[in-house]
Amino acid sequence: MNCIVIDDEETARVIISQLCHHVDEIDILEEFPNAIQAIKFLNQNEVDLIFLDIHMPDFTGFDFIETIKNPPKIILTTSDSNFAIQAFEYDCIVDYLVKPITQERFEKAIKKAKSNTSNVKKGEDKVETASGNDLYVNIDRRLIKIDIPSIYLIEAKGDYINIKTEDKNYTVHSTLKKIEDKLPESIFLKVHRSFIINFNKIIDIEDNSVLIKKDVIPVSRSKRPELMKRLNLL
Amino acid sequence: MKESPNLDYIEELSGGDKAFKDKLISIIKKEFPQEEAIYKTNLAAKNYSEVASNVHKIKHKISILGLLNSYELAEKYEHELLENNAGLQEEFEAILAKIKLFLEQL
Repeated sequence: MNCIVIDDEETARVIISQLCHHVDEIDILEEFPNAIQAIKFLNQNEVDLIFLDIHMPDFTGFDFIETIKNPPKIILTTSDSNFAIQAFEYDCIVDYLVKPITQERFEKAIKKAKSNTSNVKKGEDKVETASGNDLYVNIDRRLIKIDIPSIYLIEAKGDYINIKTEDKNYTVHSTLKKIEDKLPESIFLKVHRSFIINFNKIIDIEDNSVLIKKDVIPVSRSKRPELMKRLNLL
Repeated sequence: MKESPNLDYIEELSGGDKAFKDKLISIIKKEFPQEEAIYKTNLAAKNYSEVASNVHKIKHKISILGLLNSYELAEKYEHELLENNAGLQEEFEAILAKIKLFLEQL
């Protein structure tokens, strides 16, 4: 695996290089004292894994993840265990190492990164059959399980999304795009920039809106053809 | 808080590789005074969010040198600084002094 290390502390970078030294199939391509330099490198080089410090001045590790398109696998390295929950929100993060990092814990993280590669590939094959799966959301530092088919509507509200299910509503710090990627396309459709609906829960459709439960949801002009195409019209 | 800095972690990490051990110690000896100086400048300016960030950075070296209790104090100090409370300054700086002395003797 080709790796890079991003950490503003030289001590930390040297330690990670040393830890990698004892692991087969890990090559450190470059080390960076800040994320900006790393972004330039990523624009021109292919990387499998990034060791990323969260706490860096000006541009944090999370800023970095939000900035790069299609991030590779990332192992977070930090002196603060309080970010662990936030780390769950990013699919690209495969592990979270609290400094000082031991060789044993480091190798465990590498194993996760390697096995995660095969999981991703399997997951891509299972997108259409994922409808029976559960979705975990982070609310007040708790991971709460939601039964995906019970979701009937998701609404974007600023930095949050409101997930409405048969039993309960959940407000989660996330984006519509992130949750859209987790949902089976066969059931869910984004009908508007602020709304994703569950097809199975539609009551009726009228002009440019759909009625789901008691919610009337607008349908964008650009999304209407896709919506009509997927309906089982008589 | 009777504990002394030690090289246990560095020894374990180096696995007998003296060149690596010397390199790491040399980097710590170079970085620590720089981090301490930035910490003191920000503290003098009462820029507490920056001071918290500096303490966060120094925490790693505290843990590398095996100062577990000191690490906990540093963590508490870091969080209190974010609430503009520098009450643990004296205790934290005693840790810095201990590390400084230890590094000078290496």
